[in-house]
Formats: sequence, structure tokens, C-alpha cells
Amino acid sequence: MKIIIMGCGRVGAQLAGLLDADGHTVTVLDNDAYSFRRLAPTFGGTALFGNGIDEEALKKSGIEEADVFVSMTQGDNRNVMAAQIAKHIFNVPRVICRIYDPLRQELYDTLGLEAFSPTTIFAHLVQEKIEG
Amino acid sequence: MYIIVIGGSRVGYYLTKALLDEGHEVLIIEKNAAFCNTIKEEMGSVCVRGDGCEAATLEEVGTGRADMLVAVTGDDEDNLVACQVAKHKFNVPRTIARIRNPQNEALFKKLGIDVTVSTTDIILEYIEKEVPTHPLTHLLTLSEQDLEIVEIRIPPAAATVNKSVKELPLPKDSKLALVISRDRKPRIPTPNTVLREGDQIVALTSPESEKKLRAALTGI
Repeated sequence: MKIIIMGCGRVGAQLAGLLDADGHTVTVLDNDAYSFRRLAPTFGGTALFGNGIDEEALKKSGIEEADVFVSMTQGDNRNVMAAQIAKHIFNVPRVICRIYDPLRQELYDTLGLEAFSPTTIFAHLVQEKIEG
Repeated sequence: MYIIVIGGSRVGYYLTKALLDEGHEVLIIEKNAAFCNTIKEEMGSVCVRGDGCEAATLEEVGTGRADMLVAVTGDDEDNLVACQVAKHKFNVPRTIARIRNPQNEALFKKLGIDVTVSTTDIILEYIEKEVPTHPLTHLLTLSEQDLEIVEIRIPPAAATVNKSVKELPLPKDSKLALVISRDRKPRIPTPNTVLREGDQIVALTSPESEKKLRAALTGI
């Protein structure tokens, strides 16, 4: 599959490595070239400098042919906006979006975005660890 | 009307002042504590510190009974999310977003934002008017009809000087409305109207045909 990951933070970089190792065509987009240092030396995909909420930059990343778009930056609103551009302007078949704020995540989930909140997931995970 | 303004920097500040003067109930939501304090000192308790994109904050300020929400922060993505949360979670009837990247206008419309104001476009338009060499000026956009009213000035020595309107390859969806010459009364152009240097032409056109219209009238 052709996959675009917006945001090359710890999670984005690791996800890019995993998907690349599985044989997918991966492009990572970030507006800070310094963050590409997080990519593993074995990463065989494309690292592209650009702003993920700019349609031109998204076109350059090959979004028109992408099967999956994942927004993984630090900013919830950037993620939401990029995901909606991918879904509604470029009609990417599958769009996944990280939203830290659980309330916002619920809202966008009902609006049809495949959104998940690391806050909720992690809280439940720790709860399970503690309560066994 | 109860109007909620997201973002208390310069635009939000002056907007709130104007709306209060008109007698509306206005509330600003601003993240920055210092901005919040300045607003409170000058205008009274019209500012709440918080994130206007967060449903919890909007709940707290009674967004459910708001007639309008105007998002004027400096970031397009924040304005989009604030308007979407207001619209979909609190059913605010009218949402207005400021945008800085003019390209975002189409996206915001598609996502249900009622009105977008592109500050970049507005500034560009004003500068265009002041640049005398620029032959085309935007006067008004009729966004619902997808039409705009523009003014085109015939430059000196243009290829179209002394030509009549019927000789010009005007795009089909453009209409000339008025010709204003320096030494004559404004008149409605007919096919036989002859263009002269310095004429100002007011025309109605679709945005797509704007360049063709300019080329037909000025030869540039």
C-alpha cells in the first residue's frame, strides 16, 4: 500500500519504520527537517519537508495516489485539518488521525474521521496494569 | 445577539469592541493570560481564559445558546476546529472563520463553515487598488453566484485602444457593465463603444474567466 504519514515525531518515525519493513511504500511529511533524524537508518521510504495542511505540499507527497493517510503531529487541530483535507479534498480511501483531547476525538469520530486518542488509550492501559 | 469570539489578539480585540458598541452580548475566549487581563481591564468581564477549540471550554461559556461564533486566531486549523466544534456539538447557527491561506476557503466551505474571511485576500485587494500599473482590481465578490465585479483600466498604448467592444474576444461569462472615461460621462457600453487609453471598465465575470477578460481588454 502507499501510505503517507504526516508528522515525524517518535510515533510517526517508528510507524514509518514498521510499515516500510512490511514492504509498504511510505512517505513521511514534516515541516521541520530536523525531525527526520528519528527515522531508522534502514528506512527505505521518502522523507519530505513540507506543511501537511497545505494542499500543494500534500500533492507533492503523492496524496492523490495514496491508500492511507495518517496524521500524527503534536497539534490536534493540525491533525484534524490535514485528515479532513485528505478525506474530503483528495478522497484518500483510509484516513487515520491522532487527537489527544478525548472530547474532540469523540466529536470527529461521529463526523466520520477514524480518530483515536492516545490519552484515553494510555489511561486505560495503565488502569489495567494497576488493577490487573 | 450572543456572539462568541475565539482569539483575543488584535482582530478579536477590535471586533469585540465594535460588537459591544452595537449592543451585542460578546465573550472572548483567549489562551494567553496577559491578553485576557488587558481585555478585562479595558472592557470588563468579557473574556474567559481557555482553549476555544475545546468542547469543555465552549460548554462552560454557554455556547449552546450562542447565535454566532467567530474564530479569528492567527492559525487556520484552530479556527476550523473551533467552528466545527461549535457547529456540530453545540448547533451554533452561524460560524465565521478567519483564514490566512486563501486556498483554505474551499475546504472550509466544504466542511460546513458558514462564512470565511480571508485576511490575505483582503489585504491583497487593497494593495492592488493602490498599484497603478495593475490593470485589474477586484471590487466585489458575489460568492453565491460564483461571480465577481472587477474594474479594468485600459493602459496607455494597449493593443485594444481605438478598438470597438465587438472586436474584442470577450469570454462568454463576462459582461461589461460600465465605461468611465476621463473626459466623458460614464456610459453603458454597446458593441460599437470604442475603447480609449485610460478608460475604466467595470465588468462582471466568473473568477475563472478573469484572466481572459483582462487579456481581451488590455492585450496583456
